[in-house]
Amino acid sequence: MTAQNIYLSLEDLASRIPNGALIGVPKGDSGVAMEISRALIRRKAKKLRLLTVPVSSIQADMLIGAGCVTEIETSGVSMGEYGYAPNFRNAVEEGKIIIRDATCPALYGELQASEKGIPFIPLRGILGSDVLANRDDWKTIDNPISEGVSDPIVLLPAVRPDIALFHARYGDHHGNIWVGSRRECVLLSHASSKTFASVEEIWDGNLMEDERMVAGTIPPVYVDAVTHVPNGAWPLSLPGVYENDDDHLRTYIRAAKTKEGFTAYLDTHVFNKQAAA
Amino acid sequence: MTFSREELLICAIARMLEGCRNIAVGAVSPIPGSAALLVQALSNGKSRASILGSNVHNPFNDGGPELFDRAGQGRVDAFFLGGGQIDGEGNINLVSAGPYPKPDTRFPGSFGSAYLYFTVPRVILFREEHSRRVLVDKVDFISAPGWSPPGVHRPGGPYALITSLCIFMYDPIRHRFRLDGLLPGCTLEEVYDNTAFEFDCPDVVDLVPNPETDRVQIIRDRIAGEIAETYPQFARTRLNWEG
Repeated sequence: MTAQNIYLSLEDLASRIPNGALIGVPKGDSGVAMEISRALIRRKAKKLRLLTVPVSSIQADMLIGAGCVTEIETSGVSMGEYGYAPNFRNAVEEGKIIIRDATCPALYGELQASEKGIPFIPLRGILGSDVLANRDDWKTIDNPISEGVSDPIVLLPAVRPDIALFHARYGDHHGNIWVGSRRECVLLSHASSKTFASVEEIWDGNLMEDERMVAGTIPPVYVDAVTHVPNGAWPLSLPGVYENDDDHLRTYIRAAKTKEGFTAYLDTHVFNKQAAA
Repeated sequence: MTFSREELLICAIARMLEGCRNIAVGAVSPIPGSAALLVQALSNGKSRASILGSNVHNPFNDGGPELFDRAGQGRVDAFFLGGGQIDGEGNINLVSAGPYPKPDTRFPGSFGSAYLYFTVPRVILFREEHSRRVLVDKVDFISAPGWSPPGVHRPGGPYALITSLCIFMYDPIRHRFRLDGLLPGCTLEEVYDNTAFEFDCPDVVDLVPNPETDRVQIIRDRIAGEIAETYPQFARTRLNWEG
């Protein structure tokens, strides 16, 4: 059996991500679906809610700057060595988006609870922080297992994204996608209602039937839509294939520091308009 | 042998990591990362450095949650954190300055701090900017508290605070920093002028020791190239790496 029908064009896949969806996206070196994100901006997606797994960089910054995002749950949005994320920073300082501050293992925990189909999961730490103080949905209980000894511990609710969205190294004609050791993408896929992915290359054969590949494969029971987009993580890296495009990321930060600069950046790199004469 | 400030800091941090078997380094931490790699290089296989973002210097293969799971098990001995603000009780703020959630200045976010500050025994705070806007009397937002009341499961916490002027050691009993050494060319007066929190100060303040000559050579010959895989810009501009 083949699963050709889950392969869509880039723009078609982006059109199936509804406004208002809760979208889980991985950190910068885990295979970020940048080309799909640009297609989301082109289709003028609105009111997206981002769950970063557990952090984000240019993807969240660009979607926020383009007005596609109303809410973000994150442990951090930063351009790393290149500097701060200008649109994220501005949007939070101006109160333009709702921010739900988290800490990395808590975001993994919320997804792990969803993956297991349990209502909550406990996590150490966090107690006494303002991260916890600002999260009405995170509860503190006394560890019920350690009878007689007080042991406060935080409970995190299961969070089920509508769509897991990432860029994978391979897809095959049987509907499998391969993320290798990017296990956070596997977790995100298991925890989400649907998985949409772009793939860098088409794998000739069946990834589930190759013993060397199967551990890093996400099978079709989780995968709902795939688009074949070489360079789909650019300007971010796809480990083992290409590195971060340093010059471009610097260009982005410079441009995104002003409204005019960011608009011009989107015109050139997202809407593919020719520069005005 | 002449040495750079970066080499001095890398060697000072490396001395704090001796005996640590598992050393993890998070995002945007090239100097701590270099120190962890130096300790690994000197350890004859006893110490392992895990550099976030590195494809080579990362002994894990089970994805993002693995480091946190290991820390929860007590299998990470040392980690590094920074902060937009750090106060005298060791509270750190990686979120924002001013009122939350609509602040005057937004920082990236708490990352793993709210968890790793509790679970990793030796957390070294590293923040090069030593100023009153960073070293504040009280942080505007607690990403992770410096200490916890009795009854809270907390094997981890702050160990030292390193800035461009000096090194403080943290006293976990009194929840205060104690000045441990000045960097060459820095004065006690400068430290007081640029620190908004109170700290303990010995009668005689030592200088941070010069880096060991053989270790400086290892940094130049080997570590610069190793850290360049994750931080090429840092390696070129601050360690004179020419790869």
